[in-house]
Amino acid sequence: MNLFSEIGRYIIFMKYVFKRPERGRVFWSMLTREMNLMGIESLVVVILIALITGAVTTVQTASQLASDSGILPPSLFPMEIVGSVVGSSSILEIAPTITCLVLAGKIGANIASEIGNMRVSEQIDAYEVMGINSIGFVSLPKILAGVIMIPCLILVSVFLLMVGGLIAAKLTGILTLDQYVTGIRSSFVPHYVNVLMVKGYIFSFIITSMSAFQGYYTKGGALEVGEAGTKAVTRICVAILAFDLIIAKLLL
Amino acid sequence: MIQLIDLNKFYEDKHVLQNINANFYSGVANLVIGASGGGKSVLVKTMVGLETPTSGQVLFEEQDYHNLEYDKQQALRREIGMLFQGTALFDSLTVEQNVEFPLLMFSEMSKEERMERVNLCLSKVNLHNANQKVPSEISGGMKKRVGIARAIALPIKYLFCDEPNSGLDPLTSRVIDNLLHDITKEFGITTIINSHDMKTVKDIGEHIVFMHQGQKWWEGSKEELSEAQKSNPELDAFVKASF
Repeated sequence: MNLFSEIGRYIIFMKYVFKRPERGRVFWSMLTREMNLMGIESLVVVILIALITGAVTTVQTASQLASDSGILPPSLFPMEIVGSVVGSSSILEIAPTITCLVLAGKIGANIASEIGNMRVSEQIDAYEVMGINSIGFVSLPKILAGVIMIPCLILVSVFLLMVGGLIAAKLTGILTLDQYVTGIRSSFVPHYVNVLMVKGYIFSFIITSMSAFQGYYTKGGALEVGEAGTKAVTRICVAILAFDLIIAKLLL
Repeated sequence: MIQLIDLNKFYEDKHVLQNINANFYSGVANLVIGASGGGKSVLVKTMVGLETPTSGQVLFEEQDYHNLEYDKQQALRREIGMLFQGTALFDSLTVEQNVEFPLLMFSEMSKEERMERVNLCLSKVNLHNANQKVPSEISGGMKKRVGIARAIALPIKYLFCDEPNSGLDPLTSRVIDNLLHDITKEFGITTIINSHDMKTVKDIGEHIVFMHQGQKWWEGSKEELSEAQKSNPELDAFVKASF
């Protein structure tokens, strides 16, 4: 029952999010600020995560193929498979899902605590009394900025995952660059990019809207603001993984 | 003028506003007084639309506020200014930007006109040389004054103040009281002040509503207050305890 009432409240919340903003120029300035905060300031963490994860995936896949599993002798596995696994899993899973789980911790917690703080310090009440649609005013720029910037970060992440794998291959010598690149190119399926982008847009919407919702309905003081951030991240992670499965089932 | 008609508010099974009927007049400082937990804050929040009444009406010049269409309700809200107990200043904006905010949102003024209005409002509350400071850099009394300046930035008809003197020293409290009185008279607005400070009542109160345990216990002018104390032990106890 509690879950259903939460979903109902979320739907009503979304109805107010998409009401026309009161003042276009204020909205645009808030949107660009949020795009900068979410996009540019998340770039470093995305670059690091992508490079390291790409390298780890390459090393681990190569080591598994090189070890005797008892099914086939290692010499019968072409090492191009490593590039193929890294390429496909980067596009389908690691870039959209891992990046968004990391961004849920960074962006999601940030949005929930920022809006939660505005709630407990009566700033949201002040917007309401002024006749501003407070839900839309505080949430729409963040949601829109997320939906624009997070898919861009995911695209950057795909590229860097493969670069990370390439660097690992080069440094460790577990496979040649030719084998790695050939593997990536041979396994590339254009439809996977559609799946990547669908996941990117849906996950970015989940991160920003659920965290805004959680922050907006914060009650209490500083402690509850912190709890709102934690709760938002937990729920976003569960929702991302659930939608990950649904999208995979529907699109693959 | 604002009228409350049979206003009731429940929080689950707790009856926090019980059948309130009261009037708040234009051009005067209307004070809602009473002990903590008596329903003053809920009453003010219900009047400005931050809480929805369980039943009853809040009439702004005979318009039923809570039953207006969304757009009309939003338009009416733009005629309301509010000074919050915790000031509710936007902490990422400077003093100047806080006061400018309503103008930016709801006026067609140019940047120069907005700044002129901001400086006028800040001078009305005797706040100088603080334009570029952020709320965390100014004192409690200054924050209250910025809050008042922001509330009057647009040409409002109604000013609501929730505990304007809370957390302030007696001297600053009197400054804030006098400011509210002067603004009420200068702009001819309906001011509703929620307070438990009897000094405020004595200094600037004109029309008083006494709340006790969620009910309107007494309503009248400041001149009638002493007489009412004789026949109203709760009011008498509150007034005497305040000095």
